[in-house]
Amino acid sequence: MFESLGDKLQATLSDVRGRGTLTEDDINAAMREIRLALLEADVNFKVVRSFTGSIKEKALGANIVGALNPGQQVVKIVSDELTELMGGAAGDLAFSPRPPTIVLMAGLQGSGKTTATGKLARYLRGQGSSVAVAACDVYRPAAVDQLVKVGRQVGVDVYEQGTDANPVAIAKWAADRARTEGKDVLIVDTAGRLHVDTELMDELAQIKQAIKPHDILLVVDAMTGQDAVNVAEQFAAVVDFDGVVMTKLDGDARGGAALSVKAVTGKPILFASTGEKLDQFERFYPDRMAQRILGMGDVMTLIEKAQSGYDTDQAAELERKLRKSEFDLDDFLDQMRQIRRLGPLKSLLGMIPGIGAELRNVNIDERDFDRLQAIILSMTAQERRHPELIKGSRRLRIAKGSGTNVQAVKQLIKQFEQSRKVMRQVAQGKMPDLGALMRQGGR
Amino acid sequence: MARDWSDIFIVDGQPTGDGGAPDDGDQAGRARKRIGRFARLRESLRKTRQALQSEIQATLFEDLSDETWERLEEALIYADVGASTTAKVVAQLEQEATENKLTGGQELSDRLVELLTELARTGDDRIDLRAEPTVILVAGVNGTGKTTTLGKLAWHLSQELDRSVVLAAGDTFRAAAVEQLEIWAQRAQVGFVKGGLGADSASVAFDAIDQARRLRADVVLIDTAGRLHTQDNLMSELTKVRRVIAKQIPEAPHETLLTVDATTGQNGLRQAKLFSEAIDVSGIVLTKLDGTAKGGIALAIASELGIPVKLIGVGEQLEDLRPFDAGEFARALVS
Repeated sequence: MFESLGDKLQATLSDVRGRGTLTEDDINAAMREIRLALLEADVNFKVVRSFTGSIKEKALGANIVGALNPGQQVVKIVSDELTELMGGAAGDLAFSPRPPTIVLMAGLQGSGKTTATGKLARYLRGQGSSVAVAACDVYRPAAVDQLVKVGRQVGVDVYEQGTDANPVAIAKWAADRARTEGKDVLIVDTAGRLHVDTELMDELAQIKQAIKPHDILLVVDAMTGQDAVNVAEQFAAVVDFDGVVMTKLDGDARGGAALSVKAVTGKPILFASTGEKLDQFERFYPDRMAQRILGMGDVMTLIEKAQSGYDTDQAAELERKLRKSEFDLDDFLDQMRQIRRLGPLKSLLGMIPGIGAELRNVNIDERDFDRLQAIILSMTAQERRHPELIKGSRRLRIAKGSGTNVQAVKQLIKQFEQSRKVMRQVAQGKMPDLGALMRQGGR
Repeated sequence: MARDWSDIFIVDGQPTGDGGAPDDGDQAGRARKRIGRFARLRESLRKTRQALQSEIQATLFEDLSDETWERLEEALIYADVGASTTAKVVAQLEQEATENKLTGGQELSDRLVELLTELARTGDDRIDLRAEPTVILVAGVNGTGKTTTLGKLAWHLSQELDRSVVLAAGDTFRAAAVEQLEIWAQRAQVGFVKGGLGADSASVAFDAIDQARRLRADVVLIDTAGRLHTQDNLMSELTKVRRVIAKQIPEAPHETLLTVDATTGQNGLRQAKLFSEAIDVSGIVLTKLDGTAKGGIALAIASELGIPVKLIGVGEQLEDLRPFDAGEFARALVS
């Protein structure tokens, strides 16, 4: 489905190679591709227009230098420009020197405010703050119940007065209570509202007036289309929000709305919500979003995840074992756990440029890993070191112990033998055929 | 509104609801109610129109030039119609214009609406209620308005069409989703089935159909948890729900609706495609059309995937659900 802009530009500009500079015709052809790619990514068309204008100026007459081919050259210009427009470095919440810091959440219906409130609470609590959340959505049926449940799950206090009280009054009461109870942060959840609903927008302004929040966050669905600019402009006009939370970024939307919102309001995107689980919430990195909009993968995130999740000592030990051919099933288990610590395999693969699109349709069942793990854990220490021991009756015992079947045990050992072979090749400096491995893995 | 509720539902015998011949007092009451409803819809559609109006008018009352087409293109892009469907429409119009089939701005404008209407109208956009019970399954991405749509649909079927309805709380995942649907069930005064703690959607659907058969209910509406179309395990869970339903009644679900948020951009096409692969979607409910978003993605879904839009959501009140009218939608996109 998604062909990366990089590939398209390289195809468009393939005949330029060797000519040295880009002509106006080349640039125009490239701009058409860029425009289309940005529109398909849901970047607002006005933003696209001004963006391609400034890109064109930069690209015109740019020298093709170094190792980059003309396509790559243009991609680099686009990527740099996009990153700059997105705001460069990651932003942060403004914390009040005198607690509690009050954060007000706002947005359209269904953008994910309540879930984002819970996730942000968990995130801040994880950083050592004492956090409370306030339930001011008295309109949507069971919204208060939802926040109470989410609050309980992440272990923070939920301030609520049911659905009969006035949202402004609840917010005021919650702010006072957070102060009395010495909370570091109070996050105020509000009802979803349409940006053109004057009555409810007025209510939001009143809540702001009553509690004077230090941060107002607009929650925006990453799948939003062209209308994102209207929404952002209206919310900015009424409550002048400080930053944005992009939600549902774990889907396959390119998320051009992020660029539109940033471009028309100048407000930074602070957080990214990336899954159904309450820990799937992270700081937002503008440069990575730029790559995503362009369909160039998210190499930085992957590298960082790998760095934080990988134990360098273990890696050195593994290398030693590989060289000496001592790699056994315990190491295999270790490897599997290390990889899984980085996050769902599917999202990891999506971050690799080129692979993302290809593997989108490959089914990866995370539960397969659980099954493999159960099988290995059902083996004795000796069996793990010497898988060749595992024959008939041992195999049957392991299958029973792990709740799988003999076939699965056989397959695991086969997989292990294969990866041991590959690793040995790598350790000896030979590059294995990764393509063939992928195909096997994906079945 | 050209299209009314009586056009969308296929029922046995006399047409019910608005098409029927209720006694005088009842009729007057209904008429009053309808005026209120239409006023609200008109108001929301007016907002929808305003944004595009200036652009389209500026486009059409000028001489035809490259700029004209560019602006028309932008207007359609702005409505989230998407680059490829937009290109198709603009190319067609441009060709007809150069062949001198279209002369004045008005002709061009009419032809544009005609083209868009053709694209928006696909397949059978009615809902057949003749099966007893009729099973309607509703699915969609998180936050697109499944539960609200079900509440409104339940209210309409029960209050306006006099059908006995059972609502099934199949969203067993999101916190308080069951409670949310239960409140809608009370408002709509319809039956409600929920699972025990930790029950899965398929078993709730099973129980609901079972109960509907015992009580001889007319319609079973089954809610499901919101899910991103990219989560394969959750999508296969949905396939399982459908399979479990079909095991009880082979023809069921008789209707499989996908809720699509009108503010959704080009990703809506992916949503429709992948949900369709999982549960064979028979119709789209285009929700949240009461904002400034035009829901042009529904046009792309209809024209590229052939899935008709059947209902639209225009507000949070029980009566804010309407049958989809392709012509009206096309005019709202560009007039």
